[in-house]
Amino acid sequence: MGTITFIEYDGTTHDVDLVDGASLMELATTNGIPGIDGDCGGEASCGTCHVIVDAEWTSATGTRSGEESQMIEMSPECEPHSRLACQLKACPSLDGLKVRLPEFQM
Amino acid sequence: MDAERVVIVGASHAAAQLCGSLRQHGCEGEIELIGDEPSLPYQRPPLSKALLSGESTLDDLLIRKPEFYEKQRVAFRRGRVTRIDRASGVVELEDGAVVRYDRLVLCTGARARRLELPGADLTGVHYLRDAADAAAIRSGLDGVGRAVVIGAGYIGLEAAASLRKLGIAVSALEMADRVLQRVTAPEVSAFYDRVHREEGVDLRLGVGVAAIEGDDHVTGVRLTDGDVVPADRVIVGVGVVPNVELARDAGLAVDDGIVIDAHGRTDDPCVFAAGDCANYPDGRYGRRLRLEAVSSAVEQAKTVAATICGKDAAISALPWFWSDQYDLKLQIAGLSGGYDEVVLRGDPSTGRDFACFYLADGRLIAADCVNRAQEFMFAKRAITMGLAPDRAALTDPETALAELLRAPSVVAG
Ligand SMILES: Cc1cc2nc3c(=O)[nH]c(=O)nc-3n(C[C@H](O)[C@H](O)[C@H](O)COP(=O)(O)OP(=O)(O)OC[C@H]3O[C@@H](n4cnc5c(N)ncnc54)[C@H](O)[C@@H]3O)c2cc1C
Repeated sequence: MGTITFIEYDGTTHDVDLVDGASLMELATTNGIPGIDGDCGGEASCGTCHVIVDAEWTSATGTRSGEESQMIEMSPECEPHSRLACQLKACPSLDGLKVRLPEFQM
Repeated sequence: MDAERVVIVGASHAAAQLCGSLRQHGCEGEIELIGDEPSLPYQRPPLSKALLSGESTLDDLLIRKPEFYEKQRVAFRRGRVTRIDRASGVVELEDGAVVRYDRLVLCTGARARRLELPGADLTGVHYLRDAADAAAIRSGLDGVGRAVVIGAGYIGLEAAASLRKLGIAVSALEMADRVLQRVTAPEVSAFYDRVHREEGVDLRLGVGVAAIEGDDHVTGVRLTDGDVVPADRVIVGVGVVPNVELARDAGLAVDDGIVIDAHGRTDDPCVFAAGDCANYPDGRYGRRLRLEAVSSAVEQAKTVAATICGKDAAISALPWFWSDQYDLKLQIAGLSGGYDEVVLRGDPSTGRDFACFYLADGRLIAADCVNRAQEFMFAKRAITMGLAPDRAALTDPETALAELLRAPSVVAG
C-alpha cells in the first residue's frame, strides 16, 4: 500500500491509504475528507470533486480530459493542474501524491 | 455538543452524507443508522441507467464503502422503524427493539406510486425504486421481447433507453401530451420525443391506461381507447410518494413531506428530516419545495449535521439533477418552475447537444444541458450569482460563457 495526501484549503492535511484502482474521489469519501462529497457517484456529472494536483506529480497523473475541462474551467478556482477526483484512478506509481482542495466546490 | 446519540432512520443518500458530515462538524457521540433494506446506503440513480442496462452491478453502487462507517464509528442496524415515541425519546422497531435517541433524523425517502388498476399485481409488472426492484426487473430479462413503460418522466424514459440498449422492443405510454411535461420546457420535451423515436421507442402520448392484461403473467396493457399494447414486462414510473407516516403518526407537521425549516428541523427541536421525504423552504426560489434529487438530499443532510452540532447553517446550495439516456448526458441546474422565457444555445431540433436556459424577469433560474457540461457549470454559477445574462450572448455559440460571468449584469436582490 501507499499513501495519498489531501490538503484542505485551510492547509489541514489528510493522509489516506492508497487503494489500487480506486478513484481519488472514492478514497476521499471513504476517509471522510471534508470538501469532497462526490454527489453523482463518480460519473463526472456534478463537478463537486475538484482537486488540484501538485505540480511535480502531473506527469504521473496525466492531464485532465476534455470532459473534465468542460466541468472545471468554469470554476474561478480552476488551475492548470485541476482535475475531477472521480476521474483520477489511484495506482502504485501515485504513492506519495499530494492534491489540494479548492475553497469551494461548484 | 450535547447530542450523545444520533439515530438516523433510513439507510439513504441523506444518511450516508449525514454520517460523514456529523463527524466533520465535531459530533463525538454515538451514531446509529437504522435501515430496512439489506444494504448500506447505495446510489439509486444507476438503477434505471447503467444497472438496468447491465453496465454496472449492485456492488458498484455503495455511496460509501463499509470501511467508512467503521472509521466514522457508525453502527448499522437492519430493521424497520414502526413508531417514534417523542415523549420518551425512543424509536420502536418491527422486531420489538427499542432504540434511544437524543437527536433523530428521518431520512425515509419516498416510495414508488402504485397503479390502482385491474391487473396491476400481475407478475411482470414492476416499479423501480430500490435495488430489489432493479434485481427483479433484471432477472429473466433475456427472454423479454417487448416491454411497456408507463410514464414518460425521467425514470420511465431512462428505463426505456436502457431496455432499448438491450435490444428489447419498447412502448412508452404517457398521459400528458408531451414527455417530461412536469419538469421541462416544450423545446426539451420535443428533443427527447425525437431521440426516443429515433432510437425505436413506440412513444404514445395523451393515452390513458385502463388495465394490465394477462392471466397470471402480464401479456399487455389495455388503453382507455380500447387498444392493447402487447408486453412481456411492464415498468411503471408514475412518480413517488414521500414516506411521511412515521412523522405524521408522531404528531409532526406533514404537508407534501415532513415539514422542516431552513436548518432541517421539524417542529420538534430533537427531530430532523432530510431528502425526498422532507419539505423545506427554499430561500433562492422563495417557496416550499419537496425535491427528489441526490443533490438536495446531500445539501439537507449537511445542514442537519451542522445544526445538530450547534452551528448556524441553512439549506442553500443550488439544486441540480442529471439524467442519462442513450448517449445523452442531461445535466440540470436549478429549478425551472415559474420561468417566463426560454433561451436556447444550440439547436434541439437537430443533433444531440444543446442547452436550454430558463429565465424569470430576465434572471437565469435554471438550465437543461444535454451533452453540454460547460453550459451546466456556467448555469450553476450564474444562477447562484443572480445573473441576468444578455440573451444574444447566451445564444451566440461564439460567446465564451466564462466572459458572461466576468462582466456580470447582476440583478439586485
Ligand atoms: C431509478 C431512480 C433513478 C434516479 N435518478 C436520479 C438522478 O439521476 N439524479 C438524482 O439526483 N436523483 C435521482 N433519483 C432520486 C434519488 O435517488 C433520490 O432523490 C435519493 O435517493 C433520495 O435520497 P433520500 O436520502 O431521500 O432517501 P432514499 O434514498 O429514498 O432512501 C430512504 C431509505 O429509507 C428506508 N426507510 C423508509 N422508511 C423506513 C423505516 N420506517 N425504517 C427503516 N428504514 C426506512 C427506505 O427503505 C430507503 O432505504 C433517482 C431515483 C430512482 C429511484
